[in-house]
Amino acid sequence: MQTEINSGAVYVYEAPVRVWHWVNALSITLLAITGYLVASPLPSMSGEASDHFLMGYIRFAHFAAAYIFAVGFLGRIYWALVGNAYSRQLFTLPLHRPRFWKELLHEVRWYAFLEKEPKKYVGHNPLAHLFMVAIITVGGFIMLLTGFALYAEQTGLGSWQDSLFGWLIPLLGQSQDVRLWHHWGMWVIVVFVMLHVYVAIREDIVSRQSLISTMISGWRTFKDDRP
Amino acid sequence: MRETFYEVMRRQGITRRSFLKYCSLTASALGLGPAFAPTIAEAMETKPRIPVLWLHGLECTCCSESFIRSAHPLAKDVVLSMISLDYDDTIMAAAGHEAEAIIEEIIEKYDGNYILAVEGNPPLDEDGMYCIIGGKPFVEQLRKAAEHCKAIISWGSCASWGCVQAARPNPTRATPVHKVPGLADKPIIKVPGCPPIAEVMTAVITYILTFERFPELDRQGRPLMFYSQRIHDKCYRRSHFDAGQFVEHWDDEAARKGYCLYKMGCKGPTTYNACSTVRWNGGLSFPIQAGHGCIGCSEDGFWDKGSFYDRVTDTHQFGIEANADKVGFAAAGTVGAAAAAHLAVTAIKQAQHKGEQDQ
Repeated sequence: MQTEINSGAVYVYEAPVRVWHWVNALSITLLAITGYLVASPLPSMSGEASDHFLMGYIRFAHFAAAYIFAVGFLGRIYWALVGNAYSRQLFTLPLHRPRFWKELLHEVRWYAFLEKEPKKYVGHNPLAHLFMVAIITVGGFIMLLTGFALYAEQTGLGSWQDSLFGWLIPLLGQSQDVRLWHHWGMWVIVVFVMLHVYVAIREDIVSRQSLISTMISGWRTFKDDRP
Repeated sequence: MRETFYEVMRRQGITRRSFLKYCSLTASALGLGPAFAPTIAEAMETKPRIPVLWLHGLECTCCSESFIRSAHPLAKDVVLSMISLDYDDTIMAAAGHEAEAIIEEIIEKYDGNYILAVEGNPPLDEDGMYCIIGGKPFVEQLRKAAEHCKAIISWGSCASWGCVQAARPNPTRATPVHKVPGLADKPIIKVPGCPPIAEVMTAVITYILTFERFPELDRQGRPLMFYSQRIHDKCYRRSHFDAGQFVEHWDDEAARKGYCLYKMGCKGPTTYNACSTVRWNGGLSFPIQAGHGCIGCSEDGFWDKGSFYDRVTDTHQFGIEANADKVGFAAAGTVGAAAAAHLAVTAIKQAQHKGEQDQ
């Protein structure tokens, strides 16, 4: 995008992108925990059934968080259309550019301790960019499709969820298959989140640019003037 | 001229009063309003009986066994009065060449007007030699009968999905009716289940004969009136599921109290059928009521979807038997350990780097 990167700050993440990031982080955390508990429920409750609604509340939290994730996803797509260039990174991968591949290799070597010094990036570095698109955009979309298809099973035939997503169930086989893929998707995202958090903290400390504060203030700052 | 339903019923010694009672009972069984009773009566008085050809491929006859136990309406009424079940090798009196001749006769006499009911499915490998009926592969008989029929009923999971004979590795390449290559393009209604509920079978036949069309079907060709909801949606143990009260072991207190069988691998949440409402044996019980989870017998490929007793079933798609949770925890643990190791190396490198700068 730009060739010269000075130590001066660049405004990268606009407010809607930052809000979306943290809302998304919260909803994904809640979705993973409640989703796991739906598949493997807590130890059985004793007493009268009418005294409890534990599974009901867990499922409600899952569905509520899923709606927030879905609305956020749609809002994020809208912001990619109207926001700045960096807001479009989640939906585009410059695979045709040799520079992307070169920097991707450099980034892999940097994490393998084969490079002494990391490069500076205003937006995502190529490795992060690749993972963001694959896990958050594509993965998130798959989780939305399978999730709403499962949700449509209880809203019933003729509901808008069924009209929009119900076709997915026979496509993947049957209801149990959709559950299976939705469950695998959860684990893929959990592993990604672990890597994402570790790498963000690490880069914030050892790289030549700001990471965590950028997702709070929106400004990317650099620690030196070298290219 | 073929007899009408009404004429046959009168011939069977059924009074007009009983006939009208039967019509209103059928109307309510099909979920129709009281105004439909005269419609059904009129249809039965004026329409000739529709002949039904009931063929058997690779199957276990559990569909027939279920069918003859229907209580509402009685299978006797369906077989003797309503449908003209001209050929069903399991329950017909004729045998051998005489029986096989009936098929030819029906195909010729009622060309384009009979219903083809299929129980079981044809194996396609070795040109269908794994299922021979009257000296010929079943698949040939099926293709010919389908060519001249009005519509096809796929009875049970065999005809609808393939069932056990099509389970991996499917050695005979048993194929459900709608996937048989070269089969005439006729409307197909699937009535899955292993077996389907007797009342569901007779109600589907009654509907088709009364209105001369299929009931409303879902995306996969199943009648909505019986397959639009899951066992779970109407399960009488649902309140225990919502409360978080589960059977943890087969012999625990929760099992005796009749708590939800979700943790025991019940497939009620993924199975579309009417068991929890219509139930079995005249509404007496159904698997969950008897204390065992649903095994999902009316779902596509239920034999190949992992254990009947697991909720998070194994995945076979990657060439290994793996449980998503086991792999997930292992992957998360590995990634966590790798991140910690990476962190340690990073710290050492940073310290070295700093040392070099200080010098």
